[in-house]
Amino acid sequence: MKNIFKEVVGGFYSLTVGMGITLREFFRKPVTVHYPRESLKMPERYRSHLIFTSDENGASTCIACNLCVKACPTDCIIVEGEKKEGEKRKSVTKYDLDFTRCSLCGACVEVCPTDAIVFSKRYNLAATDRQQFHIIDLCKDLEERNKKKAR
Amino acid sequence: MELHPVQSTGPQETFVLNLGPQHPATHGVLRVKLTMDGEFIKDAVIVAGYVHREHEKMGENRPWDQFLPNTGRIDYLSAMMYTHAYVGAIERACGIEVPPRAEYVRVITSELNRISSHLVWWGAYLLDLGGMTPLLYAFDDREKILDLLEALTGARLTYCYYRVGGLAEDLNEGFVEGTRDFVKEFRPRLKMFRRLVSENIIFRKRVEGIGIIDAEMCRKYGATGPMIRGAGIPYDVRRAEPYSVYPELDFEIPVDPAADSMSRYKVRMEEMEQSLRIIEQCLDRLPDGPVMAKVPRVLKPPEGDFCYATEAARGRFEVRIVSTGKPIAHRVRLRTPCFGNLSLFEEAARGMMLADGIAMMGSLDLVIPDIDR
Repeated sequence: MKNIFKEVVGGFYSLTVGMGITLREFFRKPVTVHYPRESLKMPERYRSHLIFTSDENGASTCIACNLCVKACPTDCIIVEGEKKEGEKRKSVTKYDLDFTRCSLCGACVEVCPTDAIVFSKRYNLAATDRQQFHIIDLCKDLEERNKKKAR
Repeated sequence: MELHPVQSTGPQETFVLNLGPQHPATHGVLRVKLTMDGEFIKDAVIVAGYVHREHEKMGENRPWDQFLPNTGRIDYLSAMMYTHAYVGAIERACGIEVPPRAEYVRVITSELNRISSHLVWWGAYLLDLGGMTPLLYAFDDREKILDLLEALTGARLTYCYYRVGGLAEDLNEGFVEGTRDFVKEFRPRLKMFRRLVSENIIFRKRVEGIGIIDAEMCRKYGATGPMIRGAGIPYDVRRAEPYSVYPELDFEIPVDPAADSMSRYKVRMEEMEQSLRIIEQCLDRLPDGPVMAKVPRVLKPPEGDFCYATEAARGRFEVRIVSTGKPIAHRVRLRTPCFGNLSLFEEAARGMMLADGIAMMGSLDLVIPDIDR
């Protein structure tokens, strides 16, 4: 009999302790962000899909050396380049990234000798069609960004 | 309290119940074929392999360093320790000396990762048992760790931060201060978790004495980590086969001899406390210097057979590599802790009530991709 009484009182006490904690948490400042209206800043090292960096003229510094292609564990990069007349190095004509296969490991960025590719901070990636991520054209992306800047 | 015995009256009538592959209590695509006698489990057969991705084979068809992104995807909740084991094996094979700063940073990030992993388990386990609120509290704190690690590595779960011979990058600005703040904030939170859940009467009645998994059963099935420590054996790879800078650090291995679900719960809660201690010590001792050793561009470990084990959040994770001196591995064997931890479910669940079986399964802390790999 005494035991049952003890258990009931002890049990009731442990419940009130829990309720007290919940009540206190109720008045704490919210930790979430109202996403579409406000969003967090992505950290410096955030890894989203690759984009080109550009020199002062807005051109890519990629020399189509294919080191990133060799370093990629999933073979998701295709690079083509040509040597223009009067220039020492090759310049890039096509840089396609298959983002459906990319695992964002960073091997390509680490190996790049001219720092031509960096991770973007685009996290709002959504599409109704998978095809959209099969080929992310980095050359086109750079052009579009340049156009936006010029405007 | 003892296990519920199978109560059979009259002629036997059993039925097969499928737990999974899509069941919230299995935390992934795991299927358990249960033969039920009323509300009691008579027999359990595990059907694993739904998320088999051939990680071992992938290790054998690409250069050594290109396997690194895979290591974070075996057990996605404690990716750091898994990467550590793989780079450790190659470093051991090639005889690469890792700079002390890199080793300390590895330990700090691993322990942060262990806390975040245990927090997910804590929240999810209580969710299994019917408590919604603790999950939200756990994820609040876990978010702080993920933010720290995201700022450091650029990813929230699949970090791929360690490299053969060191780290991908040095610490970012604000990491040390942020981690110190987190340690300071998390101690009282851990105390609050204890008051909220560990001493809660409903929770204790639900797990105490349920799911006895003794040391003998752990030995039989190769269960490690909090499972075996919850059975009273102080086996921890960090002490049993010291690696990295763990021998220099002062921490305890929490042990609980009761061998029930509650003791495994207690061990994990205490482990978080110990991880905080380790992080504090490492931050105090963090040396300056480089974070990357001199490593040849093309890795060619010498011919031979090499092993490296780490204490992951769920137990002993071991990588065995067989090299033939070529730039591609001959064999990469991954010994994952969850496989052993799950295997004993068949024996342990026999004779339990279904609801208790779920309460026991939650205390195993399963990550299904880690079982199937």
